[in-house]
Parts: sequence; C-alpha cells; structure tokens
Amino acid sequence: MLKIDNLQVKLEDEDKQILKGFSLEVPEGEVHAIMGPNGSGKSTMSYVLSGKNGYEVTGGTATLDDMDLLDMEPEERAAAGLFLAFQYPVEIPGVGNMTFLRTAVNSQRKARGEDELSAADFLKLVRAKAKSLKIDADMLKRPVNVGFSGGEKKRNEILQMAMLEPKMCILDETDSGLDVDAMKLVAEGVNALRDGKRSFLVITHYQRLLDHIKPDVVHIMADGKIIKSGGPDLALEVEHNGYADLLAEVA
Amino acid sequence: MPALSRKTAPAQLDLREADLPKGGKWITEARKNALGRLHAQGLPTRRDEYWKFTRPDALNAPEVTPAALLVTDEKPVFCDVDRLRLVFVDGVLDLDKSDPLVMDHIEIEPLKDAAARDIHWAKDLFGVLEQNGQNPVARPFATLNTATAEQGVVIRVTGKVTRPVSLHYMRTSETADAVVHNVIRVETGGDLTLLENGPAAARLNKVLEVDVANGAAFHHIRTQGRDHERRAVAHIFARLGHESRFKSFTLTVNGALTRNECVIEMLGDDAHATISGACVGDGASGAFHQDDTVFITHEGLNCESRQVFKKVLRNGATGVFQGKILVKQGAQKTDGYQISQGLLLDEDSQFLAKPELEIYADDVACSHGSTVGAIDEAALFYLTSRGIPRPQAVDMLVLAFLAEALEEIEGAEIREDIHQRLEAWVERRRG
Ligand SMILES: Nc1ncnc2c1ncn2[C@@H]1O[C@H](COP(=O)(O)OP(=O)(O)O)[C@@H](O)[C@H]1O
Ligand SMILES: [Mg+2]
Repeated sequence: MLKIDNLQVKLEDEDKQILKGFSLEVPEGEVHAIMGPNGSGKSTMSYVLSGKNGYEVTGGTATLDDMDLLDMEPEERAAAGLFLAFQYPVEIPGVGNMTFLRTAVNSQRKARGEDELSAADFLKLVRAKAKSLKIDADMLKRPVNVGFSGGEKKRNEILQMAMLEPKMCILDETDSGLDVDAMKLVAEGVNALRDGKRSFLVITHYQRLLDHIKPDVVHIMADGKIIKSGGPDLALEVEHNGYADLLAEVA
Repeated sequence: MPALSRKTAPAQLDLREADLPKGGKWITEARKNALGRLHAQGLPTRRDEYWKFTRPDALNAPEVTPAALLVTDEKPVFCDVDRLRLVFVDGVLDLDKSDPLVMDHIEIEPLKDAAARDIHWAKDLFGVLEQNGQNPVARPFATLNTATAEQGVVIRVTGKVTRPVSLHYMRTSETADAVVHNVIRVETGGDLTLLENGPAAARLNKVLEVDVANGAAFHHIRTQGRDHERRAVAHIFARLGHESRFKSFTLTVNGALTRNECVIEMLGDDAHATISGACVGDGASGAFHQDDTVFITHEGLNCESRQVFKKVLRNGATGVFQGKILVKQGAQKTDGYQISQGLLLDEDSQFLAKPELEIYADDVACSHGSTVGAIDEAALFYLTSRGIPRPQAVDMLVLAFLAEALEEIEGAEIREDIHQRLEAWVERRRG
C-alpha cells in the first residue's frame, strides 16, 4: 500500500533538514503507529506525503500502490486514496462544512471517473455518518472548523475520512486534546472503517488510543527517521519508560 | 476644484444652453443650473485628488470608445424574481419591452414624460440631491448627467410595494453612449426594493437620486454589466429622514472601467444606511478597473452607517476604495462602520484604499479598517488535500471572501440569486 524509502526532506526556505532517511512500509489492511518526541518530524512526514508546499524533497521515494506520490498534486493524491487527518485542522470562514464535504466527495469521484453523488444521496450519507460521530446538524452547517472545539475539529476530520473512504489514512495526533469519551468516538470511527483492505498510519503520543485502535506494528521516530519498529508492546514500553532509553540505544 | 484649465476641453464642456434637451419649465431650470455648475467645475483630470486612483480620461473623452457586446446564453440576473420590469435598450427606456407601469403604492413615470410637463414633484429632487452632494467634493460627471439626461424614470412610493421594481439595461450597440437619470421618492411608510442589472452601454453615465422620507425604507441591489470593455460612472445620491432605512449592494464582475460613487446624507435621527459591494476583476480578459467612492455625512442623532466592500483581483486588475465618514457637529451617538478588503490572487493586481474619518461630535463610535492580502495557503492546502482541485479550491475561498459583502443584501431570495450567479460566473470562468 504505502511505501516510503529513505525520504530526505528539508525546508524550502531554510537550510534545515527535517526528514533524514525516513523509511516505512504499511501493507494493505494493516494499522501502523508512529510515536516519537515532539519535533522529530512526524507532522512534516505526513504533510510531505499529502503534498503541502514549503518542503523540498532532496532524496528518497514515496509511493501509494506504486504511484509516485511525490510527483502528484495534493488533490491527485487524495483522489488516489490518501487521506491526512490534520493535527491542526484549518478553519475556513465562509465555506460551509456541508458544501466543503460534498465538493470534496464529488471532486474525488469525478477524478476517478465515477458519477457524482446526488444532493439527496449525499445528505443521507453524511447524516448517518455524522450521527455515529455525534456531529450535529449545526456543526454541518457552520463554516469549516470555525468555532469548533478541539474535540469537534478532530471528529470533523474523522467524518471527512468516513465520507471520502480513502485507501490509506494518516492520522496525525488525532487523539491529542481529546477527553476519554471523545477519544472513544474517534477510535470507533476509525475502527468502523477497518475492512481488512484499508490501511492506517496513526501518529500518537499515547498508548491510550492504541488500546482502542490496535496496531499491527509500532514505529519509533526520532530526528527525522524511524529508529525502531516492533509489535504493540513497543508502545507500552514507551508509555512506561519514555523515549530516553530508546534514544540512548541508537546513540 | 479649478475651473477649466485644459488646452483641449472635452466636447461636453462646449455645451451651450441651446444644446440642452428641450423640456418643461422645471427641468429646463434644473438643466441650466447644472450646465452652469459644470462650466465652473470642469471635468475631472488626472491631477484631481479625488481621481488619484482612477483615470477619468475615457469617461470624459469626446468620443465613446466602442465596446464589444457580451455574447452569452445565460439568463439575465433577477429573471426568476417576481418583479415589475422596466427595460432600457442602449440607455433608452423601451415601454414595449417593459411591464405595465402599474402596481399598488407606487407611481412610475418615464423621465421623458415628467420632463415634458411644466410642473412636477420631481423638481424638488432632480438635480437637487445631486447638487447637495457636490460639497465638499465636486462630482462633475453627475453634474453633466443632470444637464443632459433625457432617459430614466421617476418613481414615487407611497406604501409598501410588494414586488421589486427592476431596471434591466440591455445593450445592442457597440457604441452606445448613455446618460440615465433616475429619481425616487419613498414617502413616509413607503418601502421599495429596486433592482438594476445589465450592460447598459459602451459608456454609461448614470445618476440615481433617492429621497427616503421619515420612516421609509429603500433597498437597492444591482449587478453591473459583465461585458468586458464597457465603461461606467454611476452616482447614487441619497437623503435619509428620521428612522429611515437605506441599503444598497452592488456586484461588479468585469468592465474595463467602473466608478461607483455613493453620497449619503443622513439628515434625520435614528436612520440606518448600508452600502456594500462585491467585485470580481480579472485583467486577463481585458482591462479591469473598479472604483467605489463613498461619502457618508451624519447629521442626525443616533444614526448607523455601514460600508462593506470586498474585491477579488487577478491578472493585473485594479480595485479602488475611497470611503469617507463625515460626522457633523451634533450628530451624537453616530455608529459608523467601514471595512474594505482586497484579495489579490497574484502580484500583478492591486487594491488601493483611502479610508477617511472626519468627526466633529464627541459621543460617536466609528471604526474603519482596510486590508489587502493573498489567498490563505493553509486553507488552500486543506481543501486540496481533500481532493478539491486547486482552481476550484481558490474559487471556494474567493466566494467565502465575498460572502461577507453578500450578507449585506436584504432579502434571502435576492441574496441567493446573487450568490448563485456569482458561483456560476466563477465556475464558468474556471472553464
Ligand atoms: N514550516 C516550518 N518552518 C520552520 N520549521 C519547521 C516547519 N515545519 C517543521 N519545522 C520544524 O521541523 C521539525 C519537525 O517538526 P514536526 O514535523 O512538526 O514534528 P512533530 O510532528 O514530530 O512534532 C521541528 O523542529 C519544527 O520546528
Ligand atoms: Mg506533529
């Protein structure tokens, strides 16, 4: 599914290397988790995969089902099945959440040569999915993320994911700032999308989320690359001992 | 303003009384008066402070610059709105194409008919509000209009008018050089919505004088010609009585040159005025220069005025905003708000703004702000990362930017009509 090989990324405007040989492979249907200290480059990695401006890839490759992601526009990556749940969802005054969702869904369908959803079908679908995420009609009507609480923003990310039905989902600290109940909702939303084919890359600081979304593999990232990979136990180890021991191991 | 100091005076200034249109006593006086004022004022030059950002050359050139007609199969704006429609063709009112001028609580009369009479109620307004609005800044194109206009309508509103009156300006000639002068009096208890749309002329000089009496309401929504090469200078002169309401919204998409002046005198107490505009300019399809120049004078107590202007500019388009709030001594409890914002989609375009406040009362709340910026890259990335193609995502942000101005439109049906138009035009442009 997702294959990243020796990815090297620096800031476009600054002489600052952020990813320093990042490699990772997420096979079809698997859930992988990435943990790592702040500033190790987790968000940067997710942005570079989704095509955000401001970064320069100086080496390595990233493919989704053998398509060269780095050669595509952000919208093409999305239509190809890549989805990023943002660590900090963006507020967009003046654009209704519903309009945004419908435009996104239909843009992707169009790009894939599928028929657009009718307004009625779309409405039915979005209502059902919103309900299971406890997103009320008012949140759908409001401008995208404007005035949403932290938890509402994160649930809105999961709603978009549920509507867009991507192949490869990257969740960047979707659990940060959520209380236990909200986190459960988010985890249920994610689990509902697990169908044995769809893959997930879950960036988190906490074991807590991984209790609900069981990962197949856990990776530890530091200073721009993966320093250790292992089973779910690795997350428990981090939870108990922090990153210090792991960092010392590689040093 | 200096008197005539040019070597080659435009033909308009060679006008003599004998050249003025013939008419009844009242209008002949008004026209002569205007001609005298015009000769004293002279036409604007590039050196005039008030025309610092906008070149008046094409507007006061003796000959009209031909403008290609817009070929389109789309339905005209407001066509689905239940309204009483008056049709102008190349600036000339065409009664055969218009609806019968009959509705409850309103009298509508062609200016030509009113002008033929020796006595008419319009005497108190025609050229009068225009002249009031010439101080402290001269507006010679409006003066010229009063002196020479033969076309237009005079409207008197005596109660709540249920259907909007719609002035639909069609154009069939590439060289139509039109002067249109409309006069409206909304009497106490009256309530009128006026719609205006269409390309009108290759060069249009339009004046609207509106007297909104105590307790009366006037709503105005216009979309200016979408043909690329047309030029227009339009003036609104409004006088507001006690507890009156005035709202005017203008959508400008395309046009080589547009200068919209709006002069509002808030005479009575507790009155409300909103003047707003949305503008979308693309220099790639020809020159684009759009100028909103607003002057609001507060005289009454406890009046509120709002100015909300949004301009989206690309490919060398220019947007201008000159907005002034003058609060006279004694106009206490004035609430004046003004915002003008430019969204530049590239580095070739420009937004020039001159917001001004002049306040002679001590108990007032006035605020003004002007911003210019580029598209929000973070928002753009968010939208594209969801699969929305970049050009479409840009347009969504453009419409979002303009939404605040559209919100000023009174009436959900017309607001929605304007919104859908704008969406369709933006989409069509994207191809
Ligand atoms: N646009 C940017 N400008 C400046 N520094 C940046 C930018 N993006 C990322 N960085 C820097 O790159 C490093 C990695 O950041 P980030 O990817 O956000 O880490 P993480 O998500 O693992 O906390 C940090 O030192 C951060 O300050
Ligand atoms: Mg991060």
